[in-house]
Parts: sequence; C-alpha cells; structure tokens
Amino acid sequence: MNDLIHHPLEEQAILFIAALVIFSSFLMLAQKRLASLVNVFAWQGLLLALATALSAHTQQSPHLYFSAGLNLTLKAMLIPWMLSRLIVKLDMHREIEILLYPSITLTAAASLVLFSYYVVLPIEHLSTLATRNAIAVSLGVILLGMLLMVTRRQAIAHVVGFMAIENGLFFAAVSATSGMPMVVEMGIAFDVLVAAIIFGVFFFHISSSIDSLDVDRLNRLSENES
Amino acid sequence: MNGLLATLEPLLFIFISPLLAGWIKWIKCRLQNRRPPSLLQPYRDLAKLFRKTPVVASHASWIFEATPYILFASMLLAVAIIPSIAVHLPTASIADVIALVGFLALGRFFLILAGLDIGTAFGGMGSSREATIATLAEPAMLMGVFTLAMSANTTNLAIAIDYVLDSGLVLRPSFVFALAGMVMVAIAETGRVPIDNPATHLELTMIHEAMILEYSGRHLALIEWAGQIRLMLFGVLIANLFFPWGIAETLTPDALTKGLAAMLAKLMELGMLLATAEMMLAKMRIFRVQDYLGFAYLLSLLGMLSHVILEVG
Amino acid sequence: MIALYVLICIPLAGMVLQARLGDSRAAGSWNVRINALSFVAALWLAIEISNQGPTSTHGGEFRVDAFNVYLVLLTAFIGLTTSIFSAPYMENERVHGRVTAKRLRLYHSMYQGFMLAMYLVLTTNNMGFLWVAMEGATLATVLLVSLYRTPESIEAAWKYFILCGVGIAQALFGTVLLYFAAGQTGDPATASLQWSVLFAHAHALNPQVMSLAFVFLLVGYGTKIGLVPLHNWLPDAHSEGPTPMSAILSGLLLNDALYAVVRCKMLVDGSTGTQMAGYLMMGFGLLSFLVAALFLHRQKDIKRLYSYSSIEHMGIMTFAFGLGGPLATFAALMHMTVHSLTKSAIFVTVGHAAQVAKTQQLEHIRGLIKTQPAIGWGLLIGTMAIAGFPPFGVFTSEFLVLTATMQQYPWLTPLLLLGIVIAFSGLFHHIQPVVYGAVPDGQMPVEANLWPVAAHLLLVLWMGLAIPGVLSHWFEQATQTIAGSLPL
Repeated sequence: MNDLIHHPLEEQAILFIAALVIFSSFLMLAQKRLASLVNVFAWQGLLLALATALSAHTQQSPHLYFSAGLNLTLKAMLIPWMLSRLIVKLDMHREIEILLYPSITLTAAASLVLFSYYVVLPIEHLSTLATRNAIAVSLGVILLGMLLMVTRRQAIAHVVGFMAIENGLFFAAVSATSGMPMVVEMGIAFDVLVAAIIFGVFFFHISSSIDSLDVDRLNRLSENES
Repeated sequence: MNGLLATLEPLLFIFISPLLAGWIKWIKCRLQNRRPPSLLQPYRDLAKLFRKTPVVASHASWIFEATPYILFASMLLAVAIIPSIAVHLPTASIADVIALVGFLALGRFFLILAGLDIGTAFGGMGSSREATIATLAEPAMLMGVFTLAMSANTTNLAIAIDYVLDSGLVLRPSFVFALAGMVMVAIAETGRVPIDNPATHLELTMIHEAMILEYSGRHLALIEWAGQIRLMLFGVLIANLFFPWGIAETLTPDALTKGLAAMLAKLMELGMLLATAEMMLAKMRIFRVQDYLGFAYLLSLLGMLSHVILEVG
Repeated sequence: MIALYVLICIPLAGMVLQARLGDSRAAGSWNVRINALSFVAALWLAIEISNQGPTSTHGGEFRVDAFNVYLVLLTAFIGLTTSIFSAPYMENERVHGRVTAKRLRLYHSMYQGFMLAMYLVLTTNNMGFLWVAMEGATLATVLLVSLYRTPESIEAAWKYFILCGVGIAQALFGTVLLYFAAGQTGDPATASLQWSVLFAHAHALNPQVMSLAFVFLLVGYGTKIGLVPLHNWLPDAHSEGPTPMSAILSGLLLNDALYAVVRCKMLVDGSTGTQMAGYLMMGFGLLSFLVAALFLHRQKDIKRLYSYSSIEHMGIMTFAFGLGGPLATFAALMHMTVHSLTKSAIFVTVGHAAQVAKTQQLEHIRGLIKTQPAIGWGLLIGTMAIAGFPPFGVFTSEFLVLTATMQQYPWLTPLLLLGIVIAFSGLFHHIQPVVYGAVPDGQMPVEANLWPVAAHLLLVLWMGLAIPGVLSHWFEQATQTIAGSLPL
C-alpha cells in the first residue's frame, strides 16, 4: 500500500527532490550542447544540496547542513563555473554533439534505474531512515553518470559524467547513512576539487596535443599498435 | 434522476466544447494583439456547416459516410464515462480508463480509414501520420494513467479521483511526472501546436486536417465538433485527475453547481495555458515528433519508476 | 606512535619543499634524502610494532599491525631505491630536454605526495579515509604519467584518470554500504568506519549488505589492482610515464590496493561466514593471471610487456588471498614482497635499456649484454626471477600457492601451471633476443647506477633461499591476523 501519505511533508519533499534528481540525470543524457549539460549538472547539485538540508532537518543531524553547504559550493557553483570557463576558453560553446542512438540510450538508462532499484532492495528493507527509498535513486544517478560517460565523445562530457557519479555517491551517503563522518566527507570533497583542477589542466594538454577534445581521437595506444 | 444525470453529462460536453474552442482562439488573438472573433463564433460555424449539403466522391465507400457519425458517437461514449462535474455519476462503474482509450481508438481508427478511403494523396498522408503519432502517443498515455492507477490501485477513474481527493496534499513525484507526460500526450492527441497546427492551410504540414480534407457539410460539422469535444475531454481528464478539488462528491444540486463552476474555471485556466504555449512554440518537423513522444513516454515511465521506487514501502 | 607521525610528516614536508626547489640540480638528491629519512622512520615504526604488537593511536584513526607494518617498510625501501635510480635518470631526461623545469618540480613534489598517500593508505584505520588516500594517490600520479606530453602519454594519463576514477567511485559506494551495515547492528558502538571496530563486531554485520558492499569494493579497488577486465589503464599508464614512475606504480600502488581488498575481505568473511568473497577473488585473480599470461606474447613495447607481467602476478596474489587458509596467505604475503622488489628492479633496468637503445620497442632493442653487460645481466636475471625460476623468492611463493591449491582445489592446479608456463614462454621469447641478439647500430652504453637493482635482486634471492627470521615472523603474524591460524 502507498505509505507516502503517512510521511510528514519534509520527507515527501525529500523524495520529490530525489525524483527530480533522477530526472535531471535523464536530462543530462539528452543534452546536445555542452553548456546546457553543465547547467543541468549545476541544477542537480543544487537539488542535492536542498535534499541534504531537508534531511538535516528531519533527521536532526546538524553536520548534514555543513555537507549540504559543501556540496552546494563545490558541485553547484565552483565546478560548473570552472567547466563553463573552460568551455569558453577552449572555444567549445558552439559545438553540438550528435547523440548516437538516443532511444537505445534512454532505454538503457531506464533499465539501469530498474537494475539499481533491484540491487539495493535488501538495503532498503533494512534501513529505518525516511530517505531509504532514495538509495535506489542514488545508485541510479551513479549508473546514469557512467552511461553518460560511455555515450559521449567530448572530454568535457566525460568530466560532467564523473562529477555526476560523485553526486550520486554523495546522495547515497546522505540517504543510506545520513552522511559519512566529517573527516571522510572533507577528504572526499578535497579529492573532488583536486580532480576537477587536474581535469582542467588536462583539457589544455589534450587540446594542444590533438587539437580537439574529441576523445575518440585518443586512440594511438591499443593492442594492435605496430 | 440517474437517467437525467447520465444524459446531462454528454450534453454538457456537447454544448460547452465549442465555447472552449472559441475561448482558446480568443486568448490567442488577444495575445497576438489582434481583434478576436466572438466567443460564440464556433457555434455559428457549426450551424453554417449543418445547413450545407455534403458533397461525397462517387467512389467513396460506406466508411466515408459512416465515419463522422461513428466518430461523434464514440466521443459521446467517451465523455459519458468521464467524471466531469461529479465523481459518482451513474456511469461511474464503467468509467474505466482502458475503456476510455478504447473509445478514442475506435474513433481514430475510422477516421484513419476515411482519410484513405477516397484515395487522394493528402488523405493517405494524413492518415499515415496520424497512425504514427497514435502508435507513439498511446503507450505514453497508458503509462501515465497506469502510474495513477498504481497509486489508487484501480483503473476506474471515479475511484482514482476519490483516492486523490481523500489523500489531501501529498507531494507525489509519480503524479508530477505523469502529469507532464499526459500534458505532452494530450497536445499530440488533440493535434495542437507543436505537433500539428489546427489553423494551417498548407496541406503538406497537415496531420489531422489532411484526413478530413474531403469532408463537407454536416459530415464536416460532426467531425469538427468531435474534435472540439476531444479537446475538452482531455482538458477535463487532466484537470480532474491531477487537480480534482472542487468536484462534486455528492449528487446534491448545491455540490453539482459548485462542481460545474470548478470545471469551467479549470477549463478556462487550461485553455489560457494552451493558448499561451501555442503562441510561444513553433510547430515541430514531423520526424521530431517521435523524439517528443519518446520524451513523453520517458516522463510517464519515470513517474512509474518513482512510484515503485520512492513511494511504496 | 611518534614514529608514525614522523613517517607521515616527512613526505608531507618533502612535498612542500620540492614544490619550491624541485627544479634545481640538487632536487634529485634531496628526493633521496627525504626518502632515506622516511625509511629510517619506517624502520623505527617496525621495531616499535614488533616490540609492542598491534597499536592504534588515540581515537583509533591510525592502526599499525603486522600486516601493514612490513608493507610500510617495503614501501619506504622501494621508494628509497627508486629515488636513488631516479636522481641521475631524471637529470639525464632534463639534459636531453624531455622535461622542463616546471615539470621536474611537479615530478619531485608529486613523488613525495604519492609516498604520503601510500603511507596513509597503509596505516589508516578508517575505511573512508583509506578511500580518500587511494584516490589521492591516483591524483598525485596522473599528471606524472603525462609528464612527457606526447600524445600517447596524454592518452595514457586520461585513460588512467577516467578508468581509475570511475572504478574507485564504486569502492566509495561499497564504503557507504559498509558504513550502513555498521550502523544497522543496533549497537551504537559499531557505527563507525574504523576497521578495528568493524572487525571486532564482524559477526553482527548484516551478511547481505556486506556481500553487496564487497562486490562494489572488489570492483573498485580491483580496478586499481589491475584485475581483468578492469585492467585497461595499467599497461598504458605504466609504459608511458617516466621509468621511476613505472617502478613505483608497479611496485607499490598495486600492493596497496590489494591490501585494501584483503582488509575488506577480512570484514566480509567475519560477517557472512561463507566463502563468497574468497570465490570472487579467486575468480578475478585466475582470470587476470591467465589473460595477462596470454597477452604477454603480443606485446611490442618492453614496458607494456612487464606491465602485463604485473597484472599476471597481481592475479596470482589475488587468487592466493582468495584461496584463504594460512598456507596460501603466507604465500601471498611473500609474493607481494618479492614481486615488488623484482618488478621495481626490472623497471629500473628497462629504463636504462630504453635509454641505451633510444626506443621502447622490443624489436629495436638487441644485444644488451654486449653493449652494456650490467644492464643485460640485470634484465636477464630480473626476468628469470619474475618468471619463477628457483632459487629466487618468486619460485618459493608460487610453489607455496600451488601447494595450497592442490590441497584445497586440486583441479585448479593445472590451470595455474599452464599460466605460469605461458607467462614464462612469453617473457623469454621477447627477452632472449633483447639480451642476446646482434647489436644494432647506434647503441651506446649510458651512465647507470645499478646498485638498487642488485640490492633488490639479492634480497629476492635471499628470500628464496632462506627467508630471514624477522620477515618470516612478520609474515606469520600477518597470516595469523588474516587467516586465523599459523601456516605450519
């Protein structure tokens, strides 16, 4: 039977935001322009920060407010800003990527969401947190981030997919365990930041080396080389 | 009393639907800074068409002449079962959404055949386009409705609306997604911009209009009227399924009047939104329609997934 | 535990120092000195632990026991010897213009950064922090792989970054699940990510959740170990970076990832009581072993050849740890040691060989034993050692693994033997012409300090002939911790 009516409004709001988050993952798969992809990613970060703040309120865990703020600064503001600047500097804001097989990608995405639900069922049955239903959403976001990386040729899209995976992981921590210990969260945030910086450095190397950021052209190393 | 109410329902639709069409046209004209025709103009158009003699091609089959009547009758059947001003109408027990889709499909089937019947190029083109869109839109609509049905544990519209009314204010992600999907499907099914421009005169861009190019006189009047009823049907369906507040839950005259007023208000609101959207969007190229309907299907599917994953258990 | 704090502060300070001074001519020798200090601190820590037994810091954030202390010592030792090799090697590279001053600064400071990350991975008690340090190790080395800025090296670094990043994200999900299981026991004392706490209460952790967590952790950290089919980044990253980088990546990072997996396996075994984790590790290990052995034959680049050999050996180690039981665990621990020593020695030699022949392509390197006998002999003996010739240590550990397999799963022994033979033939069919063969024009001897190579190979020989008492005592203690009983 439907239990949603029995939850207070904040918990319903968290689940609602979780639905919007998975929707944003689907939207990212459908974006053709890099700038709009980064935009949707920023919205996803914002939604996650909101969900975390609401969780902090319902679960009475004040350290989650800090995590929410960290996620907001990093994923909704700093990293999208860095990526947008890179897109402009590398002259890529006019490029449109032709999506190969959009219907197959969307079907695969829906199957991945179903699969992630199936995988985390035993965990959902054990958990007593109100956000336990959202664990499936977090694994879904992780898998859809990977799908995004697989179906794209632009290096920047790969970075967005990578960061989307980190988003999913953050959401998993919030929805399954009401956040990881503070030191671990800080460490993860630091790693993500350094990774973003290194990506930025990388783009210039790739761009200057092969004159484009089309990762399909990085194909000199293979088992068939002479 | 029951019989009276049962006949009142379709009569309501028959007489209000041209008004809705007129209202939408009125809003569009005002938004475009034009002087709009009178709100009663669609009635005058229908009356004019009824007075004229229909001209039928000599090699047309019985399908061509029967289709307007079949279409109109199936529309009447469809609107007879939808709860519009009251939830517990006499027809509530047969108000099954699958029956509804079946009635709509019946009308559309005959219309497609009628378009092919005479053998003109444009008729065939319209029919094939309509069939394609129907094939893609129907799963999306069914998926959206099933999402609702899963929450309410029934496909009966009356019981579903009762359920939504009883739950009070609940933020259901599945409903939001299903609403978005249904709105997109409704636009495709009723042939509005961005799928099909109802006011176009360029045959190659037509979908619905191309099928009915050969019709005239009272046949055309019935078909046009059926189209207007269809638009009102979708409007009432969306308004009452997702925002049912105001609908009469008992059959007292007081509640019924309130229900009528609520339905008219919601229809006015939806009409305004539709007119604004039509103003802002451009008609899509035909091959993009599949992406649009695929997206509608995806939204409904997400609604279903949200329901299963987030709302249950 | 002061030794531990000193051990961690030294590379941290070194990293900051080298960020300023890394491009000076003395940077290489400063690197050696910092690593020597780290080695002394590691020795100090090892002596402390062998006197006191497993020790944790206050609050339990760091914990050193028999299993990780010898790995710490091994890490410090290989870091030191590689830096001895790296100093003249990088100077040579700088003189030939293959690296700029800025990149040398990056190289030297990230060398220390990498060592810091390695020490943190090994000594932390917090599973979440272990992840952070592992990712930190990837981040420290990714820019080093592309140090030469050739298109191939940039591609290798990109692959390394993306594949390892995505892989290790799985491990983070596994860690979240671990934390979830810890919180679900109903006992608030267990709701922590500390390994010692989790190990003590392993039986109370939900087996279903732990199994799921282990799958994610194995896939995640397995990517860093180089298990097939997650290994694609390894040959590229190890072959395109500068040779000292290849040596420490092959010798150290793979070991530490395996260490992480074994720690997780200990938790899961305590929770589920079944062999599920072991079977998974055996499966992946055996697959990696066989696939890598087959791939050895196709290689055309000398560094890629030895990278596949690394994958093969990590496969054996994973298999042995998965097999469980005291004998296999002892063998695996020994194999970790000897493989690191041998592989880093080989990469040092290979680096010099590539400098002699001015190419990394196998078909253009010939007759090393005539051009520069020290390098030729080093390569030959190193390859013999890694292929499992007696009396080197690799033979002993592989023999012990085979014995353990015959005791528990006799039908797997032919597969292992087949793999060993295939790998052996693959290595030698490439190396024999490289070492012997007719000398092509243009090969000149280079200045090479082969003392690290000699030291490593001698150690491996010593371990093969007669394991020093101290080491075997450590191995036994670690086996006791992991497998629950002594090997003999």
